[in-house]
Order: sequence, then structure tokens, then C-alpha cells
Amino acid sequence: MTAFFQWLAGLPPLAQIPVIVVAFGIIVALILFFVEFAPRQGRRYMIMRLVVAIGVPAIIVLILGVYNDAVWLVPLAAVLGGGLFLLDLRARGGKGSLLQLTAFMAPAVLLLAVGLLYPLIKTVIAAFFSNDGSAFVGLNNFGSVLAPSNQGLQALGNQVIWVIITPILATAIGLAYAVLIDRSRGEKVLKVFVFMPVAISFVGASIIFKFFYDYQQGNQIGLLNQLVVLFGGHPVNWLQSYPLNNALLIIILIWTQTGFAMVLLSAAIKGIPDEQVEAAELDGAGAFQRFTNITVPSIRPTIIVTWITIAIVSLKVYDIIAATTQGQNGTSVISFQMVRLFENLPPQTGTSSAEAVLLFVLILPFLIYNANNIRKQRLGL
Amino acid sequence: MTATDIDRPAATSHRAARQRERAIRKGEPGAFSESKRRLSSPGATIAAIIIAAIWTVPTLGLFVTSFRQPADINTTGWWTVFTNPNLTVSNYVNTLNFTDTLTVGQSFVNSLVIVIPATLFPIAIALLAAYAFAWVNFRGKNVLFIAVFSLQVVPIQVALVPLLSLFSNGVTIGNWAVFPGLNLNSVDGSFARIWIAHTIFALPLAIFLLHNFIAALPVDIMEAARIDGASHGQTFFRIVLPLARPAIASFAILQFLWVWNDLLVATIFTSGSNFPITKLLTDLAGTYGQTWYLLSAGTFLAILVPLVVFFALQRYFVRGLLAGATKG
Repeated sequence: MTAFFQWLAGLPPLAQIPVIVVAFGIIVALILFFVEFAPRQGRRYMIMRLVVAIGVPAIIVLILGVYNDAVWLVPLAAVLGGGLFLLDLRARGGKGSLLQLTAFMAPAVLLLAVGLLYPLIKTVIAAFFSNDGSAFVGLNNFGSVLAPSNQGLQALGNQVIWVIITPILATAIGLAYAVLIDRSRGEKVLKVFVFMPVAISFVGASIIFKFFYDYQQGNQIGLLNQLVVLFGGHPVNWLQSYPLNNALLIIILIWTQTGFAMVLLSAAIKGIPDEQVEAAELDGAGAFQRFTNITVPSIRPTIIVTWITIAIVSLKVYDIIAATTQGQNGTSVISFQMVRLFENLPPQTGTSSAEAVLLFVLILPFLIYNANNIRKQRLGL
Repeated sequence: MTATDIDRPAATSHRAARQRERAIRKGEPGAFSESKRRLSSPGATIAAIIIAAIWTVPTLGLFVTSFRQPADINTTGWWTVFTNPNLTVSNYVNTLNFTDTLTVGQSFVNSLVIVIPATLFPIAIALLAAYAFAWVNFRGKNVLFIAVFSLQVVPIQVALVPLLSLFSNGVTIGNWAVFPGLNLNSVDGSFARIWIAHTIFALPLAIFLLHNFIAALPVDIMEAARIDGASHGQTFFRIVLPLARPAIASFAILQFLWVWNDLLVATIFTSGSNFPITKLLTDLAGTYGQTWYLLSAGTFLAILVPLVVFFALQRYFVRGLLAGATKG
């Protein structure tokens, strides 16, 4: 496989696209081919299943490129495949059904196990070891991450501020805007203006706002400072004045997320039955009363979902810091610190992992809430 | 309870989401003529226009700047262009050929090379799993599904470092090197690592979205196919794939925008000659912070593709957002 990727890397970039897509397509086609023939009855299909069950795991191990001292992995994979074949013989859904299910699920499950679950466990372990991974250091990494001298404590504080302010303001402005334009003339066009930033990358948004916040000696070219000058003030070097710079960076994220909130909430508002609104109107409720008594309670689930989604986005924010201040002047957050520590030479794997674990702990409540929700939905409660 | 019973709630609420979305599209004049009279007031519209203006001005500023003479950009504000227009497109030409670690034009191509496979791969893999989750009965299905869904919220920051070391150093158990790694560190120009990383990180959401849609397909159709003797393979290919096309389109757009706009994964898994445009722009913003002719044109080159996708396929994009978020 390495040889294939090395050969591929030698091609011109654009030529790599068709090659890799076709190679991947062949693999998917083989899987589908097997899925189609696996459950068929008869000696020929039985032999095919046996060959695939034993051969495919062994071949995968070979392709991944085992070292000489781990050749035993090849027979091990083959034996495991054989075991699956035996299990399949007495599967509930009939011969072949278990192998068929494996073919459907294995690519996704294996990739997730190797690419998300294994790294997650490994990061948690690495957080308790020294930076070169040689010695167990207990909670020392967390201690040094949160030591006041390392910006870590400030990064944690900033991250908490991001998570509190961004979802509230983005959801509130999005909701206000959705209500304001609801059923008005030109609703579609008005929507596009606020929704467009959703498609713009955080890097793009950061540069757009960096220009907006620009500070110069003499003539101002950033609109914000121009407005300050216009009203008789002195121009400010916005991104260097702590703690205001944090608020200005948060505005960038709010700017990109409001459109997302608006679209979600607008869809929910359209789902409120007209009768309810009409009844409230007949009872003499004003626009504001209708908003607080009908609109908000009806769409509360959507408001919560929007809030959570944006909160998770603001926990993961990295791009905005990287493209504007690089964490200078007290603007760092955990998700940025984590990458910065890892990019040190040599990589600070231990402390960097501790930052990642800290981030994961912050996200955990949202994860539990969401998993609970989906469990209820799946069980039809 | 059969599998279909369990999946029913997901089915209904997804349909509700689609109905709501259809309602948005009907928000054009006429569709709600009666309620329109009732609900929109001039004050509200004026307030909305003010918000829309505030939301647009920063983008407009940089957009106008990207067409101004480099000498003018740093001496006068972009708003003076309305009284004193002196425009040029040479900034774009110069930016495309501007060389840092590579030219901006090359990084634009790199973004394309990254984004196309990284959009197709997770869709194919997730479709297979989503079909099994929706229409194949097996023990432990719900637990596995919730586990996959939970992985969606795991911050990718947590996975980055071990995944990189897996790619470069492999896995050793004790003294045995079980997997030697991809051995691509010194191979300049290989996109393998970032393709694989993006594919893996996209899988939880992809499986979740596609499953919700596939599970909501009418039971009657699936039953009829089964009675006619269609195998899972045939059902998947002949019935599910064609019917799931809108859901595939929705997810494809989300994933396309996500990968194109990504910086974090690119920072870790690309190097030198295969930086995508987001990574190069970030570096340029650090090194040439005041070189606005370059940054403005570069930014609009970078957001050109997402904006085209956005305007061309807004309907599917909104549908994807609704399906992804209203579900939790």
C-alpha cells in the first residue's frame, strides 16, 4: 500500500484524483459483489464464502505491510476469518447473512475504531505520560497546562467565555432575524445576506474581519477605526488590546454561526400551526406577546439543538485564532494551545494530549445529552 | 419490536424536517399572502435590512479592496472607491502566482485534490453501514448506532496526534511492530494521509444522516422488494441508492464545504507542497499581515468555490443542515 501511495504522490496533483477514486471504486465494487453473492445457497457459494472469510483478512494484513517479526499476524487474521465463517454457518438469518452484514459494516466500523476510538484512548493515556512518552507523570501535565505562566489557565478561561457567549448571541440574533423576516416581502433575499457567511471558511471570515479591525498610523483603512475617528475618537489597535480582542474574535464566530441558527429556527417557526397564532391574535396578543407566548415555547427543542450545536463549534474553534492573533495578547484557547504545543520541537505530546483531554471533558456534557436524546428517539420514548 | 418499529420516530421527524424545509421555499411572495398581511410590518423589515447590511459590510469591504490598486489600499479606505473608482483585476493574477511555500494557484489545485476524494469516500462507506443499520436486523444494533453517533461529538483535536503517529510510526505491541505505518513522511506530494483522516472524521455524521433518510424510506417498497426475492445487495443497489439521492447530495455538500474550509486537519496532515488554500492563506496572513492586495484577493479565491456551491445548491445545503441538526 505504501508503494502505491508513493507512486501516486509522484503524479501531478490533478491526475491523482481519478486514480485514487477508481482504486477506491474497485474496492467498493468488490464489497458489493460479495454482498450480492454471500447469502446464496449451494456448494459453490459456500466455497466462495470460505475463501473470502479466510483470505480477505489475511490479505488486508499483508497489504498494510507487516514487518518480518509479525508475520504471525497473517495466519491469525486467517483463523479469525475462519472463525467468523463457522459462526456464519449457524447464523440466525441463514448461512451467509453474518458475512454479508460484516461486509456492510466492517469498513465503517474498522475505520472508526482505528481512526477515532483508538486515538481517543491513546490521547487519554498520553495525557498522563511525559512529553516523550517514557515516564508516567500522573496529573503533572494538567498541572503544567493550567499553570498561570503557560497561558493555559487563560486559554481555559477564554474557551469558557467563547462557549458561553457565542451560542447565546448567535442563537438570539438568528432567532430575532428569523422572526423579523418571517413572511415578509423579500424574505428569501434577506435570508441570503445573513446565511452566506455559513459557507465561508473560518479562515476567510477571519481575514475579512482582520481587515475590518485594521489599525494604521495616520489614515485608517479599517472601517471600525474609521468610524471611531468619524465620531471624534482615537483609533485603537483592536486585536492587541486585551481583553477586548477576545470579544472581537468571538464576533467573527458569531458572524458565521448566526446564519446557521437563523435557517434552523426559521424552519421551526414555519412549522408552528397558523391556528395557534390566529387564536392568540384574536385574544388580543401583541406581536411581542405572540413571540414570547407562542413562538418561543413552540420551537424550544430547536432552540436547544441550535444552542448545543453552536456551543460544540465554539469549543472546537481553532481556525479563527490561528488566522488572526496566533494566540498572542491573551487570546489563546485550549483548542489552539493543543495544536501549538504539538507543533513545538520536540512535540510536547504529553501536555498537548492533556489539553485535548481537557477539551473532551468540556464537550462531554453535550455528548451525554445528545446520546441520551438519540437513545430516546431510537426507543421511541 | 422489529427494526422498522424502532426506526419509525426517526422517520417521522425527518419527514417533518423536509416539510418545514419545503415551507421555507414557499416563503416567496404569494404563498402566504394571507398571513403576510398579518405578520410583516414596515418596522420589522427595516430592522431586518439594517441587520443584513451590518452582516454584509465586512465582506463587501474586503471584496472591494481586492479590486483596488495595491498603492491605494494602504493609503485610503475602501469606501473612497465610491467617489474615486480606480479598479483593477491584476491583484488576482498576481496572487495566483504569488509564491510562499508554493503558489496560491497550486494550493487552490491542492484543495481540489483533497476535497473530491474526501467527499466521495465517506459517502460510499457510510452508505453501506447506514443501509445495514436501517434494514438489516442484528443483535446490538442500537448500541452500535449510539456509539457511532457519539463519536460525532468527539473533538477531532483528540484524535489528531495519535492518528498522525499511527500513519508515521505504525503500531507496536511490546517489541513487535504490528503495523509499520504508511511511511509517507518523506514523500512530498502525497495526499493519502489527509484523505484517510477526512474520511474517518466524516463517517459518524455521514452514517447518521444517511441512516435517518434510508430508514425513513417506505416499508412497503422494501417489503415488496423482499417478497419479489430481492437480496440485500439488489435492494441496496436498485432501490436505496436511487431513492437516497437527495440525502446523498445534502451530505456531499456539507462534507465538500467542510473539507474545503478546513484548516485544522490540513495543518496536521499536509506538508509543504500539498498545503490547501486555507493553510497557505493562514500562513500568508501571519507573514504578510499588511499586504492587503494579496490577502484580499487570496481570500476571495478561497471562498469562491464554497460560494458557488452554496448559491447553486442552496436547497440541498439547507436540507442537510436541517437533517443534521434538528436530530440532535
